[in-house]
Amino acid sequence: MPVFWLIVIVLALAAVGFILGRARALQSAGGDRRDLHSLPIYYGSNVAMKSLVPAFLLMIGWLIAQPFAVNYAVSGMIPDSVISEGSSRGLILAEVRRTSDGLTNAVASGALTDDMARDAGADLDAVTTRLKDAGQVVTSQITQPVLHAAQRYRALNATGNWVMTGLVLLTALVGVLWGLKETNADFRARNVVEQGVMALLIAAASIAVLTTIGIVFSLIGNTWVFFNLYPAGDFFTLLEWAPSFSGRGGSSSLGVLPLLWGTFYISIVALLVAVPVGLFAAVYLSEYASPTVRSFAKPMLEVLAGIPTIVYGLFALLTIGPMLLSVFGPDGTGWMGGQRAVITAGLAMGIMLIPFVSSLSDDIINAVPQAMRDGSYGLGATKSETIKQVILPAALPGIVGAILLAASRAIGETMIVVLGAGAAARLSLNPFEAMTTVTAKIVSQLTGDSDFASPEALVAFALGMSLFVLTLGLNVLALFIVRKYREQYD
Amino acid sequence: MTDASMDTPTPRRKKISLVADDARTKKRNKAEKRFQAYGIGAIAIGLFFLLVLATSILRSGIPAFTTTVVSVEFTLQQEEFDEAEGQLFKTKAYSNYFISALQTTLTEKGIKVSFDEASIERVMGKIGSTLREHYSASPDTLGQPVDFSLGASSRVDGYFKGRVTREGLQDSRFLTLADLDLVDALAEAGIITTTFDWNFITGADSGVDNPGGAGIGASVVGSFFMMLVVLFLSLPIGVAASIYLEEFAPQNRWTDLVEVNISNLAAVPSIVFGILGLAVFIQFAHLPQSAPLVGGLVLTLMTLPTIIISTRASLKAVPPSIRDAALGVGASRMQSVFHHVLPLAMPGILTGTIIGLAQALGETAPLLLIGMVGFVARGYPDGFISGFIDPNSAMPAQIYTWAARADASFYEKAWGGIIILLIFLLTMNIIAIILRRRFERRW
Repeated sequence: MPVFWLIVIVLALAAVGFILGRARALQSAGGDRRDLHSLPIYYGSNVAMKSLVPAFLLMIGWLIAQPFAVNYAVSGMIPDSVISEGSSRGLILAEVRRTSDGLTNAVASGALTDDMARDAGADLDAVTTRLKDAGQVVTSQITQPVLHAAQRYRALNATGNWVMTGLVLLTALVGVLWGLKETNADFRARNVVEQGVMALLIAAASIAVLTTIGIVFSLIGNTWVFFNLYPAGDFFTLLEWAPSFSGRGGSSSLGVLPLLWGTFYISIVALLVAVPVGLFAAVYLSEYASPTVRSFAKPMLEVLAGIPTIVYGLFALLTIGPMLLSVFGPDGTGWMGGQRAVITAGLAMGIMLIPFVSSLSDDIINAVPQAMRDGSYGLGATKSETIKQVILPAALPGIVGAILLAASRAIGETMIVVLGAGAAARLSLNPFEAMTTVTAKIVSQLTGDSDFASPEALVAFALGMSLFVLTLGLNVLALFIVRKYREQYD
Repeated sequence: MTDASMDTPTPRRKKISLVADDARTKKRNKAEKRFQAYGIGAIAIGLFFLLVLATSILRSGIPAFTTTVVSVEFTLQQEEFDEAEGQLFKTKAYSNYFISALQTTLTEKGIKVSFDEASIERVMGKIGSTLREHYSASPDTLGQPVDFSLGASSRVDGYFKGRVTREGLQDSRFLTLADLDLVDALAEAGIITTTFDWNFITGADSGVDNPGGAGIGASVVGSFFMMLVVLFLSLPIGVAASIYLEEFAPQNRWTDLVEVNISNLAAVPSIVFGILGLAVFIQFAHLPQSAPLVGGLVLTLMTLPTIIISTRASLKAVPPSIRDAALGVGASRMQSVFHHVLPLAMPGILTGTIIGLAQALGETAPLLLIGMVGFVARGYPDGFISGFIDPNSAMPAQIYTWAARADASFYEKAWGGIIILLIFLLTMNIIAIILRRRFERRW
């Protein structure tokens, strides 16, 4: 692992720089640290920082840029004639990469000599056979251009890695020398180091923004590609979801509406379970419960929130489903055909959301000032009248916000619907039927094959985009309601 | 009350007793009681669900930790070995020896049951080839009694765990009613026993046709490497970001943007992070699919907002007087934060981090998209670095894989996996609670 060792060497250089810098600063002050502007470790840190930061930045930049440069160079070597019908340059390039990895692995396992792996005039059949023997080849036969491209790819990458190693080490060394050169007793090392640390802190804070940008770009980019292959109008208006697995688009109908309907229906069932239970639990816990009951019941309910969703998914599939089926199934009322249904997933999701609703509402109800309760009691209202007519209206914006947040959770929930809701997209009002959701389809369209070129796979990005916009909208709305209608009591 | 109202003769009101409630008060008191009952009912429903969940996990999951083993002491003489090797159907000859030996043992114990080679194969698999393999590999054990421990077939296993019943059984090529008589007889003779299944805890996943051999060990290792990535990335980045936002950031639009961003990211569905990981780390950066490294990166991005939010809360809890005192004795702002505020906030930060890690450990959806599902995690990684980049599964993804398989015997494994996952989560949460209790400071 050359990059690993490169990192170790650069770190070692920085450590040496630290010691040297510290020593040099002390020496320039004549051994009396009181004559230094900053504490000695700042001088050392300054040198270490000057060698580490530029070197690592260079390395990261190089590691990101190199694959593109190499891909570009190799891509030019593949004539258009090689790209067969139904294939694309990207697929050929993927094959080139695989072949190149295969060559490297074969050399490592001794099935191929390094010279043979480099030799442009190498006999194609011989190389293929050897690669196959080493278990490194996926495709049946490597074509001549692919082999050449793979060899070139390997060579370029090797060269690139060496150049990078050299440059990074040089940068680190220059950094150490630069840091040492400016080290003297009057140098304001602490200020420089603190500026550097501050830059790091800002960079860390920016990662959150970068993540959002990454999400938005990866969604928009792939959605754009999808809409080039498949009309956007159909996606938003078709009432049918029927991806074909054979061809590339064409025969598929990919309408988002049945999926959205399934998502909303399951979320509504979930909220019908979670909101009454959660709200009443919150009211009881904050207004009626004695401290002992509260200290027992509140954490117990919150345990429900800490359970991973896969557990709820399994619970829906293997406990709730069969239970409902025994009541509503063919042996009971006969309404339910299979254990996967809207109500199965909705119920499990509702259980999951109970603590979410209850603890958010609990906080909000507790924030209503005691004076309002006392005023209401003073007028002769009972406790429940106070709650219904004073506290809940005062807490309403917050509670609505909490419910909206719960709804956004329900819409984005994946594992419960993947396991409990079924796979058939349907527009139906019957809660005992199986339906599917946006999240479940994202999973089913993106797992299994790694070919991102077909509209059937790319549709998942458009679905993800819809999901992102939907949940973001709900969150912003929740925030807006809370901010706008919040009562200011102080 | 004004004077004017004093003059008008007040209408005679019904006498109200302070002792007996009138109808309206009764109604109001009833409404009060009803309302309270709703509250108790809601909490009871919540606790009931928790109870159902816990019992169904335990009831369905505990059988995954036991396995049904057939252990037989068997002696093969040298001449029998030579004779068997000389025959055309060698494994059949071995099974015949085995069957006659088994017959003798059962007769000695006074148990009468008839069986043939086919039913033996249905109960404990192809015994002949197992014997032959053993004696070909170690011929020096010939003539000595050897203990053979074989896993019973998954249906026999199910019979002992109540999954398969005599009433529900239909004769098939996998198991017949007559086989169950044999199984009962063998159990009575102490040949078939139920033991703790270490393989489930330490082993790797098996293929779709072998539910008995499936273990969760390899995916625990996968989860462990993922959590290493999450810990070593999200803790420093999260703490650095929180320090900046809480201690240094000026109030401006950029800071506002970052803050809104973080609170929104915390509410983005986890599957969207999976899409991000797929597009950026796999499609764009060509990192290896199904690798714990990629899973860890995705989970890091997902956990960061949680860690930042809790870290900021614990930084905020450190009183300003600490900062002022540090500044007063000549520390720089950076020094006051790193030397005084951060150490004081550390217990809170660690608690938040552990809870964030526990969340990440149980997260499944993003892992499905980066390919940690749908293949069989056959073994442990070879070394430390390959632990990060070799394809592996993770606990929740492994549970999903089992739950999605057609064979119902895998469901038991899935529940068992959930027990292990919950044990990990419980441990982490308990550590967090202890940390909080021990180091919590009230200023």
